Amino acid sequence: MGDSATFEFVVGHANYWLFSVLMMTGLYVVVARGNLVKKIVGLNMFQTSVFMLYISMGRVDGGTAPIFPVDMEIDPAVIYSNPLPHVLILTAIVVGIATTALGLSLIIRIREEFGTIEEDDILVAERILAAEDDKAHGEAMGGRT
Amino acid sequence: MRHHLILRVVTKLLVGCIILFAFYVQFHGDFSPGGGFQAGVIMAVAFILYGIVFGLRKVQAVFPPWVVHKMVALGVLIYAGTGVVSLFLGYGFLDYGAFAPHHPSHGQHYGILAVEFGVGVTVTGVMVAIYYAFAARPARLSDEEW
Amino acid sequence: MATEAAHHTAMSLAEQLPVLQVLVPFLAAPLIVFVGHRGLAWLVAFVTSAAAFVIAGLMLGQVIGGGVIYYHIGGWAPPLGIEYRVDATNAFVLLLVSGISTIVLPYARQSVASEIPLRHHALFYACYMLCLTGLLGVVVTGDAFNVFVFLEISSLSTYVLVAQGSHRDKRALTAAYDYLIMGTIGATFFVIGLGMLYMATGTLNMADLAARIASQGANRTVIAAFGFIVVGMGLKAALYPLHLWLPNAYTYAPSAVTSFLAATATKVAIYVLMRFMFSVFQPAFLFEGNTLEFLIMPLAVMAMFAASVIAIFQTDLKRLLAYSSIAQIGYMLLGIGMLSQTGLTAAIVHLFNHGITKAALFMGVGALVFRTGGSFFDRVQGMGKTMPWTSGAIVIGGLSLIGVPGTAGFVSKWYLVQGALEKGWWPVAVLIVVSSLLAVIYVWQIIEALYLQAPAKDIPAGEAPATMLIPMWIMALACIYFGLATDITLGAAQAAAQGLLAGSSGMLSH
Repeated sequence: MGDSATFEFVVGHANYWLFSVLMMTGLYVVVARGNLVKKIVGLNMFQTSVFMLYISMGRVDGGTAPIFPVDMEIDPAVIYSNPLPHVLILTAIVVGIATTALGLSLIIRIREEFGTIEEDDILVAERILAAEDDKAHGEAMGGRT
Repeated sequence: MRHHLILRVVTKLLVGCIILFAFYVQFHGDFSPGGGFQAGVIMAVAFILYGIVFGLRKVQAVFPPWVVHKMVALGVLIYAGTGVVSLFLGYGFLDYGAFAPHHPSHGQHYGILAVEFGVGVTVTGVMVAIYYAFAARPARLSDEEW
Repeated sequence: MATEAAHHTAMSLAEQLPVLQVLVPFLAAPLIVFVGHRGLAWLVAFVTSAAAFVIAGLMLGQVIGGGVIYYHIGGWAPPLGIEYRVDATNAFVLLLVSGISTIVLPYARQSVASEIPLRHHALFYACYMLCLTGLLGVVVTGDAFNVFVFLEISSLSTYVLVAQGSHRDKRALTAAYDYLIMGTIGATFFVIGLGMLYMATGTLNMADLAARIASQGANRTVIAAFGFIVVGMGLKAALYPLHLWLPNAYTYAPSAVTSFLAATATKVAIYVLMRFMFSVFQPAFLFEGNTLEFLIMPLAVMAMFAASVIAIFQTDLKRLLAYSSIAQIGYMLLGIGMLSQTGLTAAIVHLFNHGITKAALFMGVGALVFRTGGSFFDRVQGMGKTMPWTSGAIVIGGLSLIGVPGTAGFVSKWYLVQGALEKGWWPVAVLIVVSSLLAVIYVWQIIEALYLQAPAKDIPAGEAPATMLIPMWIMALACIYFGLATDITLGAAQAAAQGLLAGSSGMLSH
């Protein structure tokens, strides 16, 4: 591959690079951060990367916003972008908002019950609970590992 | 926020405009970008702004939580109900042709208007409900502890 | 199309069945919230669930001979519009989901009353209805993106339902949170897969997707999409190494919720896996055959053993059953992995049989919790004498879980072994039998605790109320009935397997 071809390849796939980086960053944050709120933030980044993927997919070279004029006299020469991915992503965004709201409300409840939103502390608290169960009900008890 | 005179005055001025704009986006949705989703959020913003500046108690006096909860359900009922009406008129679910059998494009307008109204009601309700749910939570900690 | 609807022949209500299947429970949810009456909430939920069951039954009657029902939402023809598409596979799963829901609801009434504060009841049943809507919608739709939307409707309400267990044990909250994180990652993987499919084919209608993938063959985008979809759905289905959300969610959720979810939620995810593996992608593709044989099959076998062994060491009855669920999902995936008529039939029959078995078992455990206040062995031991009916149902469910002849579990395992032998994979057949022996161990532990040990001192005596006993026994008797009369389940499963194995041509018989 020549230099220009490599350049073409890198720039021509810019949206995919962005998608991959954002997706991996989000996923990493979900896995690596112990703070429950940060996990939700990571999850949001992860979802947003998918939104970007879809939106960039809907772009047509030289296309304009896919809105027909009010008088419905459509000029066949005008190229419109593909509106379908946008519509799909509108739905996915709503799902994402619902997930975030639910996640945050769960965090509030966890904070009230456990007194912390750090995963490590919660694991300790749960391990103590599991040990208590174990003591009260005998024998090995799997618990959360 | 008692001391922020400018904020309070500007908010009072803005709330009306925001609601008006929400209605514009709502009912212009089948001609131009807009519709129930966006209008619902804009409408909710008006109430949330009012709540932030004047306090939860004041906004809940205007817009009580039970009304919000009913709105969430009502909007969905309007949406699905539109589909059920078309279904009982002998058409498919959400087939807007049912509302003006001889003018399918008119039927589309009526159908979309009804459905978008339902969406608007629900989105307003949901957004305000989320705000209420989080804001009404009694703080178990004082601000310093955070 | 809608714009040309000048000459219109009115549709009869019978033609509306596919949409009514989703619409009826969907309308019930906001209705319950809108009315807001606690007593009415349960009634509305039960009536709509029963109606959904009748609708599913009617549709299965229409398609069991190999027919397909198409329904275009809003009158928009596919591939532009959303299409509902019901064949034998869908109808069978629809019947399972709506049936389980209808039987769990009468049971739920008292169980929920004892586990969830009264002021949350209306919202609880609204959530339950939304979950049912989502599960039915996933199964009924023929549009790939619509699957995601319904999947998230059911998942989001499931997280809420699981979190309701926090009134008994606060660990329900973290269980729900973990489930939320993992479930959302799974769903997002699924959407990425769909995006890649859309890039490769420019359509989202399943039949259309199948045709275009078949004509263009495998390419890297399609293969990547396949990977994302399998992993995403695998998370939702608790495919073995992706099962971590399941034990806690099932253990800490309210008993009625556990009974419903264990019997339906993972089954629906398995259905989506089957639909995508066989109908949308071509089973003939090398990459898919390889995935099934070298990835899904070993994982399935590992699930059968690892989860069963973990189940043996549990002291909490609910958690034991949760691990056993993971093992049973292994059997279904094993059947799918065989890529043969018999194997697939076994997987679909097991999907149904395990659904009713687990519903009976979890309802039994829920009744024990209702009376004794806990599901640990030392709380429930000796209940064979004080609660003979509940214990009897649990024993029948346990026997079906092992696969004792005369129970539903036997039929599906028999077919599974046959499928393995047909392929000449006799080591796999041996593994199936050996893993069933592990099930014998943990079921025996349950029986031992219930019948051979003295009850704890502070347990109030008395049988569970009739509203809990009757649904439990319906399920227990169903375990025996479907073990003896296999015409319905096997007939439907064979028709379903045929439709699936026909690959994309099965989707295209317009």
